[in-house]
Amino acid sequence: MNDIISNINWSPLWISLKTGIMATIIAFFLGILAARLVMKLNKKLKWILDGIFTLPLVLPPTVAGFFLLLLFSLRRPFGKFLYTEFDIKVVQTWTGCIIAAAVIAFPLMYRNARAAFEQVDITMIQSGRTLGLSESKIFWKIVMPIASPGIASGTILAFARALGEYGATSMLAGNILGKTRTIAVAIASETSAGNYDTAGIWVGIIVAISFVIILSINMISGIGMKSIKQW
Amino acid sequence: MANGEKLCIISLLKEYGGLNMKNLKRRISSLLVLLLVICSVMGIVGCSSSKGTSSVITDTTSVEASQVAKLDKATIYVFVAASLKNSMTTIQEMYSKVQPNVTIVLNPDSSGTLKTQIDEGATCDIFFSAAMKQMNDLNTEGYIDSTSIAKVLENQVVLIKPKGGTTLVTSFDTITKAKNIALAGEDVPVGAYAREIFKSLGIYDKVMAMEINQGANVTAVLAAVSEGSNEVGVVYATDAASVASKIDIIASAPSGSLTTPVVYPVGLVKNKDASVAQTAAAKDFISYLQKDEVTSIFTGYGFSKAK
Repeated sequence: MNDIISNINWSPLWISLKTGIMATIIAFFLGILAARLVMKLNKKLKWILDGIFTLPLVLPPTVAGFFLLLLFSLRRPFGKFLYTEFDIKVVQTWTGCIIAAAVIAFPLMYRNARAAFEQVDITMIQSGRTLGLSESKIFWKIVMPIASPGIASGTILAFARALGEYGATSMLAGNILGKTRTIAVAIASETSAGNYDTAGIWVGIIVAISFVIILSINMISGIGMKSIKQW
Repeated sequence: MANGEKLCIISLLKEYGGLNMKNLKRRISSLLVLLLVICSVMGIVGCSSSKGTSSVITDTTSVEASQVAKLDKATIYVFVAASLKNSMTTIQEMYSKVQPNVTIVLNPDSSGTLKTQIDEGATCDIFFSAAMKQMNDLNTEGYIDSTSIAKVLENQVVLIKPKGGTTLVTSFDTITKAKNIALAGEDVPVGAYAREIFKSLGIYDKVMAMEINQGANVTAVLAAVSEGSNEVGVVYATDAASVASKIDIIASAPSGSLTTPVVYPVGLVKNKDASVAQTAAAKDFISYLQKDEVTSIFTGYGFSKAK
């Protein structure tokens, strides 16, 4: 066991963490912006946009991977354009990892933010308007503080999802040790090669990290809950 | 609950989008109708597409088919190397004319992955590997009927690039000039063959230090190069031929670089749960694979007959 541990290349851990953090930052801002946008819309547009934004959550991640490949592959127009004009390559790069994870984590952040915004008492917002506050002041000084537990748990969920993303990431970013091999991809590679011990170590690591994440979600969303029931 | 509270809740529900029983029933029934429509569309599409696999294979086997004794109804599970997928699909259709009662379930994947599946107890009757290594390992472990192992085909390892792609690489020994390469994993036969070539050329360490996109099987490596995601890749000549419109072959493996020829063996897997008819069908299919008319199908795809 000790020589297996000493032989393991730990890069998947750092790649997963870096990808998770960057993807969560992107999903955080985009999710809040999208939720704010959807709150302001009329009913019909609300349903349509809500559907589009929630899609990556419901569909298999390979669907997201498929669309991302169509978009960024060097053989397709947009990917070719990015490469020839700006020398930006998304497929099989760490950028691809981040984009794939962000697309998958975004719906989680969006839905949690939206749920948190829906909980905000509309009279608070109306009072702010009658008192002459600007819309952005209302958003940052009134809505966000009230919604913060929901936003916080959404952020942590998005981080957990981005950390564990496999399907879309492996389709877009490939499997390059040291660059795009995340923990999930490493587990798949090692298992199919028959290295159950190495795969088991990675499984243990990601289970431990995920457990800590769930504990923090429960702690944060427990704020504001008057009593936790026990049946 | 007091009447006052009930009224409060009802008025709240009415406020949030007119949710009352009639409305609710109408919404649920329209959702069910929508689901029904989707399911029936799927059903129609599914049924029609399964009829569409009418084979355009010349009926040279029809004369022989009528003369061969028909086997009993059976389903056999055939695990084949990923590079055999296209040819085996054609042969599967041919065989169904000769033995219409036998259903073949094909499972194409990397031979390393298939070996792991067999180790873990997957239902399998025939193993058609891309290398002797996996077959020998399984035989040592006792999963194969040793007398049934037969060398069927040979293949070539080639270096490919996307069609129209620019690369400084001109041969296997200049592969280190590429910015990135697509290579199958060590447990995949083509990955093992590639590593053997690099070792014999003395560039193994330099290649391993390159940016390698590791494919789970040869099909993944082929897809990565066809899509232009990687500059070069190492696959079989048969795979290169199957997507000739998207890739260019740079070079074949240098002669003498592979001590083990790229040999594809087939073997009968010991399946304890197999019925008598199933094992008979499996044995029949193994001998069918070695017939001349089947070999000509394989050579049409770019394989050569094993010596």
